[in-house]
Amino acid sequence: MLPQVLKKSDLAAWIEALMAKRRVAAPVLKETSVADPTDLKFGWEYVVDPTEVRLDYSVTVLGPKKFLWPARQPLVSYALGGDPAPKAMIEHEPQVLFGVHPCDITAIRTLDAAFAKDIPDPHYLARRQDTAIVGLECAAPCDESSFCLDMGSLYPEAGYDVMLTPMGDSWYAEAKTALGQALVGEARMRPAGKPDMEARQAFSEEKRSNFHFKLPCEVKYLPDVLDASYDSLIWEAIARRCFSCGSCNTTCPTCYCFDVYDDVAVDLTKGCRARRYDSCQLDPFAQVAGGENFRQHRWSRLRHRMFRKGKYILEQTGQAGCVGCGRCDRACVAGISIKDTFIQIAGSR
Amino acid sequence: MTVTQIDIEKGAAAASPYVPRMARIVAAEQMTGTERFFRLRMEGEPLRYEPGQFVGVTVFGVGEAPISICSSPTQGDEFELTVRSVGLVTNALRGFNQGDRLGVRGAFGNHFDYDAMKGQDILFVAGGLGLAPTRSLIRYVLDKRKDFGKVTILVGARDPSLLLFRPEIDAWLARGDVQTLVTVDRPDKAWKGNVGVITRLFNQIDMDPARTYAVVVGPPVMFKFTVLEALAEGIREHRIICSLERHMKCGVGKCGHCQIRGTYVCRDGPVFTYEQVKRLREGI
Repeated sequence: MLPQVLKKSDLAAWIEALMAKRRVAAPVLKETSVADPTDLKFGWEYVVDPTEVRLDYSVTVLGPKKFLWPARQPLVSYALGGDPAPKAMIEHEPQVLFGVHPCDITAIRTLDAAFAKDIPDPHYLARRQDTAIVGLECAAPCDESSFCLDMGSLYPEAGYDVMLTPMGDSWYAEAKTALGQALVGEARMRPAGKPDMEARQAFSEEKRSNFHFKLPCEVKYLPDVLDASYDSLIWEAIARRCFSCGSCNTTCPTCYCFDVYDDVAVDLTKGCRARRYDSCQLDPFAQVAGGENFRQHRWSRLRHRMFRKGKYILEQTGQAGCVGCGRCDRACVAGISIKDTFIQIAGSR
Repeated sequence: MTVTQIDIEKGAAAASPYVPRMARIVAAEQMTGTERFFRLRMEGEPLRYEPGQFVGVTVFGVGEAPISICSSPTQGDEFELTVRSVGLVTNALRGFNQGDRLGVRGAFGNHFDYDAMKGQDILFVAGGLGLAPTRSLIRYVLDKRKDFGKVTILVGARDPSLLLFRPEIDAWLARGDVQTLVTVDRPDKAWKGNVGVITRLFNQIDMDPARTYAVVVGPPVMFKFTVLEALAEGIREHRIICSLERHMKCGVGKCGHCQIRGTYVCRDGPVFTYEQVKRLREGI
């Protein structure tokens, strides 16, 4: 399918058309800081009113992970009092994630790999299979915290169905998959002409000139750089500021560790086994029932997270453990930055 | 290595790895004040497992806990668990008796490489509850006794009341083809045997370090000093075998709780050689 062009004034109508057949999630404005009216906080929500969708967002506080990998997800239902007859609970329905930036597209690819590899996890994958992704190009870095260019997430090669590029009063829409073509087909669009393609090219050049590398080494050396730093005092030094609050995990679009717990219905006739996000920064994460805690020191937990993001997940899944979105930096009340940490250890020789 | 749409579609249709199967308790016995023994039989297909593996045990309405299998597949279709009551699920298990049903997932993890040990001497060193996973291999080796060389079993416990499998240990003591030594840290008046930490038993045994595998399972402090002793005897690092304890919550290499550096104990372990463990660093 040739690239298509959608007038910005027709965007709400397209979203409305999409909403008729499946749920649509998109970024909306959540709150504005009283102290700084330019500090806008965006979040991902299922769309109720298409005119609320804000494709001019820079970055959301949390990524769109929750639509694929909810903060709490039931896994198994069973009966109490008689035969438990445990059954898998796999819940999914068609949905579109509308306006996903490249870093979050890449993060979803990491989750895909984590849940598909070795023993597949249908609770995640069934939702993923039922999810279409409409990507949204970035013209410039969100802020100082982002280092998506370094982490290789700025130019995703796959993992989306449609890519939208802003061009003045219109959107340039490129379908990547058959599903993407079907979605584009639901909009009132016209085929792109030569001037549109030239404008798309100009956008690419502008984008290329706006993003700069921040790490002193190529990301492929990060696992080695981290390995060499394993015994460094840097982890103790940084962890002096750390509160072990887990905000970095909560906001991370690639974190997928979870806790498993059972819930019992109030009438005691049935129960449910579910999972919820867990945080490797919290004290009991690596504790066993006898009391032994295998990462009892704050610095060892901080180091574990940095290694997961820069090394383990990459080695485990073949996909980046960190996409350089900068959310953990922005969320950290102690001002700990994964980007600055990577820069510091890469520069230490 | 990249995940494709086909991987996602196949995975979406796969069976959930989190659903337990039902098992019935064939026998239950309170072994000590805190340890309870269960013999179980799966409803339907028997559990397929190897010595050293673990299962997730579900008490419906309470939760799930990872428990080492303490029996050997050579014993038949039933399998055995020894559970120490320390947490929510394991305390709930105190109320479970013969005829009751539990949920079981697994078996998970790798296993003791008994094929590599064939024709070789084996030194078992089991401290406290570490005897449970060790027993899965001891039973295997004793059931196929002629496949293995000299077998030595060292068992340690804090005090005599905490010794597990006492009738079985008595049977091992009575056997001529196995050397068994038992020690306790704190004896009571009736105790006639060895006293002191388990490494004290090393000067009572003879071994040919070049043909010996040491299987060491116990609390971290015991592991450390036993490995020192085994290395001092001349046993090779890759022939010192241990089983690591972690709180595996998923069993399938996803949830992250058992992760040591890049290694998921539930999937890559729980059985490791000392050569591997020393590289893991956070292992013990």
